[in-house]
Amino acid sequence: MDSKLADAAQIAPPKPRASAALLRFLKAPTALIGVIGLTLVVGVAVFAPILSPQDPYDLMQLDIMDSRLPPGSESFTGVPYHLGTDGQGRDILSGIMYGLRTSLIVGIVSAFVAALIGTTLGLLAAYLGGRGEALLMRLVDLQLSFPTILMALMVLAILGNGVTNVVLAIIVAEWATYARTARGTALVEREKEYIEAARCLRIPARRILLRHMLPNCLAPIIVIATMQVARAIGLEATLSFLGLGASVTQPSLGMLIANGYQYLLSGLYWISFYPGIALLITIVCINLVGDRLRDVLNPRNAR
Amino acid sequence: MITNLIRRGIQALFVIFAMTLIVFVGVNVIGNPVDILINPDLNQAERLRVMQNLGLDQPLWRQYLSFLAGLAEGDFGDSFVYGRPALGVILERLPATLELALAAMVIAIVVGLPLGLYAGLYPDRLSSKLIMTGSILGFSLPTFWVGLMFILLFAVQLGWLPSNGRGETAGAWSFLTGDGLRHLILPALNLALFKTSLILRLTRAGVQEVIAQDFVKFARAKGLLERRVVLVHILKNLMIPVVTIIGLEFGSLIAFSVVTESIFGWPGMGKLIIDSINLLDRPVIVAYLMMMVVLFVTLNFVIDICYTLLDPRVRLDGKG
Repeated sequence: MDSKLADAAQIAPPKPRASAALLRFLKAPTALIGVIGLTLVVGVAVFAPILSPQDPYDLMQLDIMDSRLPPGSESFTGVPYHLGTDGQGRDILSGIMYGLRTSLIVGIVSAFVAALIGTTLGLLAAYLGGRGEALLMRLVDLQLSFPTILMALMVLAILGNGVTNVVLAIIVAEWATYARTARGTALVEREKEYIEAARCLRIPARRILLRHMLPNCLAPIIVIATMQVARAIGLEATLSFLGLGASVTQPSLGMLIANGYQYLLSGLYWISFYPGIALLITIVCINLVGDRLRDVLNPRNAR
Repeated sequence: MITNLIRRGIQALFVIFAMTLIVFVGVNVIGNPVDILINPDLNQAERLRVMQNLGLDQPLWRQYLSFLAGLAEGDFGDSFVYGRPALGVILERLPATLELALAAMVIAIVVGLPLGLYAGLYPDRLSSKLIMTGSILGFSLPTFWVGLMFILLFAVQLGWLPSNGRGETAGAWSFLTGDGLRHLILPALNLALFKTSLILRLTRAGVQEVIAQDFVKFARAKGLLERRVVLVHILKNLMIPVVTIIGLEFGSLIAFSVVTESIFGWPGMGKLIIDSINLLDRPVIVAYLMMMVVLFVTLNFVIDICYTLLDPRVRLDGKG
């Protein structure tokens, strides 16, 4: 009797779905760490101009006399360099804050556009079927059989270096994952009654796709997109490190690490070390969030 | 079976052909090597002469046709930078890359498989949890940054290992000499990091799947030695997916060696392609990309065949 009451009490106040999902999401300590870490990272990136001690893009503020100072030293004018300075006398801490902006923007934009293209094509393929579907899926198979870095190199070899081209390269390398997932999910959804009902009501195909199928296919897409942001940030850093990415004047994290490469052998570790730590924290936090999202959004785990 | 193989083979050839078109047109339409390679101080007549030498004055379709004709003979034209056949320049560096990728694969298997087996067999032990956390790090750590930290720690701070180049080679191989082996350790470890985590996690997942099955329970109920259960019953059933992944990932190791080679100054194909992209050395870029396309198409083809041979339930056309 008591237990029944308790059960009823637990069920009784039906929480709105979103907040219930949020609560469930935050239950795992790793997810909490991920969310807090990610908030910090994004916050630092957004408010970099306010938070950073120096504007690393403003050449007037750089003093070559301050170059390659170890962490904790002070500038000529008495400003502390908490994480040291690089070869041009740039404050590493400020460099990281601004570098995070480039990295995050590249990661988010490329993952979002790739998701948009991949999901659209995947949904269309599943809904329309036929030759178009077969052709698209062969293309996806083909693309996925090549490693991402090779696809990215191919695009950069053709388009040349630069941030925009890196974004394009990541999109080309990653869209196929979304297309495959979207099609897979949509194929399952297509057979369900509500889609049949919608068809019987002669709702136009566009509306069925956008209002009925898309929302029900979104969960796995969101999970993949989250993870892809981390992968894209890592890929961008790698490509920048190889000298194929961001410009020298507005370095991303990968570029900052690359700048420190030449000083590494003389033991000036901080120029590469700290940007790498920032990169690592960003990637791990995004992955923790994505991992938890997968658990929460998976309907099999919900019931 | 035979018709399927032929059909797959034709598809593979078609893919390779399509890629020649994409790569060639892409590299030629968008990049302009004339501006980079020809001294801007030259006068018009001299410019023209150099362009004729490099075959850059021809219309694009003719360049493509002569490229295709050359391709059939393995001739991609001379490298603009080295002045020698592009394919030769690449093939010279093939042993270095192969050696690095093989060494990394061996490390990944030797480390990943036993650790994954252990973590799968005793999932509740603290050491297993540590191993799994470590493998998450292996996934998340950017490879190139880990490479730099390797150099910092082992080459600069401790001074144990060299950080640049291949060292002494015996013939085309460096693992045959002590010095070469010392040079190989850091790059191979760096390249192996990601794959080790992958194999470790796959093995663990596989163990947990197999261990719950009836034949394992039966083997244990029969009173077989635990060692025999693990080595014969579990490991054998684990090998098909793991071997497949090892085959698939070997190609990606070669592709990802681009990063490791650049960090450690390893004179392989990966370092060459990065240098070539920066110098717009078209013949080398095209030859490298085509070689990779052929490599991956072939690899997938072979894996497809292996599937059918290993597992009769899989048929290439899905008819069963």
